[in-house]
Amino acid sequence: MPVIEVPVEKWSGTVRSVTLGATAAEGGTRSHVVVVGGERTLPFLAFEAKPANRPCIAVEVRATNPAEEWAAPLVNAWGAALGDLVAWVKAAEAAGTDVIALQLTTTDNAGQRMNAAKARAAVRTVLNSTGLPVIVLGTGQAELDNEMQVAVAEEGAGERLVLGPCEEKNYRTIVAAAMANGHLVTAKTPMDVNLSKQLTVLIHDMGMPLERIITDPTTGALGYGMEYGYSVMERLRLAALQGDNMTQQPMIVTPGEEAWRAKEARAGEGVPAAWGDWARRAVNWETMTAAALIESGADIVVMRHPEAVARVKKMIAELMAA
Amino acid sequence: MALSGLEIYKLLPGGIKPPHPKANCKECGFPTCLAFAMKLAAKQAELSACKYVSDEAKAKLSAAAAPPIRLITLSADGRKIEVGNETVLFRHEKTFYHPAALMVRVPDTLSAGEIATLARTVADYKVDYVGMALRLDGLAVESVAGEPTRFAEAVAAVRAAVTLPLVLVSEDPQVMAAGLAQTAGVKPLICAATAGNWEAMAKLAKEARAPLAVRADSLAGLAELTEKLTAAGVEDLVLDPAGAARGFAGSLQMLTQLRRLALKKGFRPLGYPIITFPYLAAAEPDMEMLLAGQQVAKYAGFVVLGHFDPADVYPLLVLRANLFTDPQKPIQVEPGVYPINKPGPDAPVMVTTNFSITYFAVANEVESSGLPGWLLVADAEGMSVLTAWAAGKFDAEKIAKTVKGTGIAEKVNHRKVVIPGHVAVLMGELEEELPGWQIKVGPREAVDLPRYLKTAW
Ligand code: B12
Ligand code: SF4
Repeated sequence: MPVIEVPVEKWSGTVRSVTLGATAAEGGTRSHVVVVGGERTLPFLAFEAKPANRPCIAVEVRATNPAEEWAAPLVNAWGAALGDLVAWVKAAEAAGTDVIALQLTTTDNAGQRMNAAKARAAVRTVLNSTGLPVIVLGTGQAELDNEMQVAVAEEGAGERLVLGPCEEKNYRTIVAAAMANGHLVTAKTPMDVNLSKQLTVLIHDMGMPLERIITDPTTGALGYGMEYGYSVMERLRLAALQGDNMTQQPMIVTPGEEAWRAKEARAGEGVPAAWGDWARRAVNWETMTAAALIESGADIVVMRHPEAVARVKKMIAELMAA
Repeated sequence: MALSGLEIYKLLPGGIKPPHPKANCKECGFPTCLAFAMKLAAKQAELSACKYVSDEAKAKLSAAAAPPIRLITLSADGRKIEVGNETVLFRHEKTFYHPAALMVRVPDTLSAGEIATLARTVADYKVDYVGMALRLDGLAVESVAGEPTRFAEAVAAVRAAVTLPLVLVSEDPQVMAAGLAQTAGVKPLICAATAGNWEAMAKLAKEARAPLAVRADSLAGLAELTEKLTAAGVEDLVLDPAGAARGFAGSLQMLTQLRRLALKKGFRPLGYPIITFPYLAAAEPDMEMLLAGQQVAKYAGFVVLGHFDPADVYPLLVLRANLFTDPQKPIQVEPGVYPINKPGPDAPVMVTTNFSITYFAVANEVESSGLPGWLLVADAEGMSVLTAWAAGKFDAEKIAKTVKGTGIAEKVNHRKVVIPGHVAVLMGELEEELPGWQIKVGPREAVDLPRYLKTAW
């Protein structure tokens, strides 16, 4: 019998542990906190290092009813809760989410432009309806996001919210507001290891501690560029384990948003029979995208469909059980 | 494990002690044995060019030249699948070469009619993804009843219905023999040899000249079996990690260890492709597909699915296609003019990029709308609309060049061109670059194109 020496990597680096949310003792009002990161090995390789924190799921909720814009399988799954932020948050909790992700929008239910006051009200509603940690994601429109996120940061002062996305072209205002009010930020770059490092450095240079920065490496949906994000995440995680300090942030990605943009999730009619049942295929699209990203290193996945959430949660539990 | 030039030199006439009398004779066409060794290491020369290498050295060199994960071929009536021969742990390091073969389980408890229907459904399943026809690869006929006649009938029913590569699943050599008797014209995978039956299975594999899977629930158990089987003359092997290695955590860890042992340690006894059975650990179809997806990514060669549902296999096939594309070159289409639905001179003109995913997203929408159109595909080095725009490969100048270069002006009687909604900012510049043309901003997503063409063109 040959001797089998399983190749175990001796990694020198560790992913940083980042804490979302603050309890009363820590100056917030959350019922508990969620810690992500801390990995000492590639995802779920328990033979190499003790598993760190479990990847967590953040269900996306909105203050503006997306029923017009979202695909039927998604709209049917949440029903009337889509038009009632409190009900939606409760339903997300019931679906098993670890964190609530409030997605800000450009307009409100009346079609009017969103603004600081409306964003402030939305985050207040979420904070009052749940004890879970909260992530607040902007629209990608710099001016509006800055206006809204400053108000959100003030309203949630001390809650250790996650505010994002900070992008290379627009990060200063959000980072400053997050620092002033004890929050975290996400640093989003378009699928590139070096750009990701660079943005972490820039944000850190403003005085933001590294323990309060989460990397968003950007992702695409299954079939629409997912593999680029998958590989960039593997490379970022390898760099982190090899000891590259500026790549050691936990990673957040948005498979829910990406998957539900795909035609496979959106279209029920006029598609090939080989695509199968619409609702089933659509949920699979989100599930498969999220699962692949978790296996390539995601620490937080922002998701949309309760059934996809349930499956991914189950998968994570199985992977952590080793 | 590939040898370095110096390691090879130590086996050549000039490098052995004492040196061979012909050392550095130049007959191989190189000035010295060392120079020849360097060329061998770079795979720019053939060992046969030197007549003076000892047989022992030849054996060592050819063993070292063998791929760290053996290539295994299954075939049936001209259709074949190949797995193994992978060289990296991560796709970004180079690429993954042989996509995991996806097989569907056929239990022999089904009636002959049910078997034929299932087999045909699997064989006929085909789904188009960015111009590629994605398909399932074969069937795994399993003896559930443990009964030779029944198994033989099931294999015969499959063979009568379709010509697909096969896996035959049973641990009972008698049952396996009965199944193999029905496989003329096929090189199936025999699954599986265990510590208890390997001698009988080895005999069957040799007679059938078919690859053999070994089943054990530890690395040591698998290695022990492959060593016994190679010693018995069966070389085409596949690993079937069982027990705790069936589930999410166990599979990820065991398969990662196997890939690392093969690639990083050159550990021959485990240098074979792997077969997995996700349905054994994940009873619900939804979870089975997730586990299958994990195994496609990390690091299975054959994945046997317990059920067939198009809504489940389509995402799985796309995942596989994504992970097995070469990360160095995006899938692309030829730049140029693409007429869709027999366009005439008044048909709309649209412009997009030559990234396959982008092109097909747009072309499929126009095609299924039934509306005629001219689709101009710019050479954007295989990038999506926004990526190319951000990288300066899909700017006003490039679009103008595409419009002019394709000679579309001679094919249509109007001067209007639709650009993707995502690059609406190019409008002004483009009007300058294309005097006389009206630039129209289309919708952001291709799904909305048909409505746009009906209402706003
Ligand atoms: C995958 C990806 C990559 C891959 C490349 C994939 C490829 N081959 O193109 C990689 C990782 C290499 C990459 C690199 C970069 N990327 Co990139 N990337 C993406 C990502 C995640 C998905 C793109 C994609 O494939 N979409 C799917 C295809 C099908 O979409 P599409 O081409 O737009 O087509 C749709 C529509 O436009 C429409 N459509 C298409 N044609 C037409 C035609 C008409 C007439 C109409 C009406 C409609 C229409 O239909 C399609 C379906 O709806 C996006 C972010 C995202 N999630 O969207 C960022 C993104 C496009 N990238 C971005 C950037 C900045 C870059 C880089 C410049 C980063 C850098 N500095 O290195 C580089 C540039 C490349 C280089 N320098 O070599 C930015 C662009 C920002 C902006 N708004 O300008 C994005 C939006 C990310 C972001 N939010 O910052 N990227
Ligand atoms: S043929 Fe080449 S390698 Fe062989 S002994 Fe002569 S010089 Fe050396």
